[in-house]
Amino acid sequence: MLLSVDHVTRYRYDQPVRAVMQSHRLTPSVFAGQKTRNWTVTVTDGIPGGTFRDGAGDVVQSWTVKGPVTEIEVRVTGTVETFDLAGLLRGHRELLPPEVYLVDTPPTRADAALTALAHAARNPEGALSTAHGLAAAVADAIAYRPGATHAHTTAAEALALGEGVCQDHAHALIACARAIGLPARYVSGYLFATADGSAHEAAHAWAEIHVAGLGWVGFDPANRCCPDARYIRLGSGLNAQDAAPIRGIARGLGQESLDVTVAVQDLQQ
Amino acid sequence: MVAAGGVTVTQYFNEMYQNGKVRAPYAQLEDWMNAMPAQLRTLKQAEAEDLFRRIGITFAVYGEGGDPDRLIPFDMFPRVFTGAEWGRLEKGIKQRARALNAFLVDVYGRGEIVRAGRIPARLVYQNEAYEKAVAGIKPPKGVYSHIVGIDIVRTGPDEFFVLEDNCRTPSGVSYMLENREIMMRMFPDLFRGNRIEPVDRYPDLLRRTLASVAPPKCSKDPTIVLLTPGPFNSAYYEHSFLADLMGIELVEGQDLFVEGEFVWMRTTEGPKRVDVIYRRIDDAYIDPLCFRPDSTLGVPGVMDVYRSGGVSLCSAPGAGVADDKAVYTFVPEMVRFYLGEEPILKNVPTWQCGRQDDLGYVLDNLADLVVKEVHGSGGYGMLVGPKATKEQVETFRAKITADPGNYIAQPTLALSTTPTFVAEGVAPRHVDLRPYCLVGERIELVPGALTRVALTEGSLVVNSSQGGGVKDTWVLAE
Repeated sequence: MLLSVDHVTRYRYDQPVRAVMQSHRLTPSVFAGQKTRNWTVTVTDGIPGGTFRDGAGDVVQSWTVKGPVTEIEVRVTGTVETFDLAGLLRGHRELLPPEVYLVDTPPTRADAALTALAHAARNPEGALSTAHGLAAAVADAIAYRPGATHAHTTAAEALALGEGVCQDHAHALIACARAIGLPARYVSGYLFATADGSAHEAAHAWAEIHVAGLGWVGFDPANRCCPDARYIRLGSGLNAQDAAPIRGIARGLGQESLDVTVAVQDLQQ
Repeated sequence: MVAAGGVTVTQYFNEMYQNGKVRAPYAQLEDWMNAMPAQLRTLKQAEAEDLFRRIGITFAVYGEGGDPDRLIPFDMFPRVFTGAEWGRLEKGIKQRARALNAFLVDVYGRGEIVRAGRIPARLVYQNEAYEKAVAGIKPPKGVYSHIVGIDIVRTGPDEFFVLEDNCRTPSGVSYMLENREIMMRMFPDLFRGNRIEPVDRYPDLLRRTLASVAPPKCSKDPTIVLLTPGPFNSAYYEHSFLADLMGIELVEGQDLFVEGEFVWMRTTEGPKRVDVIYRRIDDAYIDPLCFRPDSTLGVPGVMDVYRSGGVSLCSAPGAGVADDKAVYTFVPEMVRFYLGEEPILKNVPTWQCGRQDDLGYVLDNLADLVVKEVHGSGGYGMLVGPKATKEQVETFRAKITADPGNYIAQPTLALSTTPTFVAEGVAPRHVDLRPYCLVGERIELVPGALTRVALTEGSLVVNSSQGGGVKDTWVLAE
């Protein structure tokens, strides 16, 4: 597919702030499943900082905005050609070994219920079958319902509630995988879902599980599938915060409000 | 008086007396000690305390209550090494500091030592102190830990063991410098009579070490700052002392900001670019955009500047993975793997409670062992088996059983003693040694260190947080 993205995040402050610093992971990953045709990130009056590729293979770019300022717009536009690799992250260059993604973090900590869910999904046929089983079990246990959870809901809380959004699905799947010794990580990106580009959760998240012999494989419990040509991958981390496409902070007393719109369209249709 | 009675202690190595005779490096100190009337000693001790109080050197003790500004006790009786003894120590310390840095470069790079099966992957990559944020970065001169504090104990004339490594931001060097300063002021004759190697080059060497690791984007004489968490930190005195001696600015997070590709310092003449940050704040607080989002002590965005080569952080975040107590066991292996040399300094035999066989041994011999938390420091959360009550041993047994991976155990070492002034006169007390090795373009060690002394009779815990004191440490010129 040939996907175009228009992703706008608008930050408003109720009183002027002195400066804003942001760290972006907003560049499409380089791997066999996607080829970037063009890609631009703009920040209102932003001064670009240094850029580098981190140990996970993600491109990080920082920005600063000098105040006083009451509104900032971060706009991401571009076109990416995508290919269906059935979830495989083939040809992705990264330095970090999968063992790094076995560590516990607060939102992905497995409680007794998550651990039980993980053990029940174990499949004697091997890690790949187990991973598929885990993704299905998480999708069954947590129904998709926007508004049921919030940014700081943990995997254990979402499972107890039985409802959540893609972040909760990803956290729960990661918790289950790590609980049975499979390295797992959080992935942020975009999803093309409907022809008119008005997909729910176009700014999307899923999980990757490391399968020996295959490498990293993506699983999207929210949509009960592995990432295919409808997905654009941006970056990864131990959890949602660690993988956030934008991490930012403002200096000053102004209260921040946020407005996000994402449109993903298929240019070949 | 216990002066000559030091010989009655047989199982511990007494650094001053052996077989009833004074060892050569202490010969002049024996005369000095014998010539000092008790009254003068009391007077001098009061003078020393007064000097310490006047210069404001205090050490806050966490978790003990009481006066946070109390003085760390200073013992006037110096500890002495011969030039030959020090020469061997120096080689061993520098070797270890090189190996620790090679390990850090490796585990944040290709991880050859793990691939070669010389250290378990779990110990490295699932370590709390491992920071994946710095993986793939090549810090200037390949140095992650610029000041390596290595805690060493002595058990015999030629027996030295490393207790632990400190690769993050080891503190205490201000005591090394102040102890010398005060001894020279109070006893100038001692320094005329003995040829003692000076330690006062340390601040200059530290500044040069920091300057030598300026980032690639710095093309001029680098601007260096010392970043402190502020006056409420227990080592604040040391932060201001070192900044002052090096002639660099002492700053807090709010004094710095990131703009574009660089870090800037607010000054009365406008923003000034900063090239090297000697940071004395913990990894988790350095940058809310990378680590703890609620940190107000750090500099938002500094990690991105660091990682893109705009500023150097000393030490690098993540350096702590090399000084973890479980990783410690593998340091001799690092020396062999990276340097192709045999380790000069020995490790203390260590049992990993996380290993089934070791755990059994530890639980069976708790009363004879020292047990430590893997991530503990400052002598907290530690069991000294032979000195502990039955209840304390049982409490530890429960703790270890509940979370074995969190504990290591070592034999109770026969720490050497040196003469120490006590209420009754002079008596042997147990000591350790912390030298500060500087790693930059070159690797440097001043001939001196901090000697910590357990002031309580029989105690083997020298940590200042547990009532230990300090001594001036001499290296005699050859």
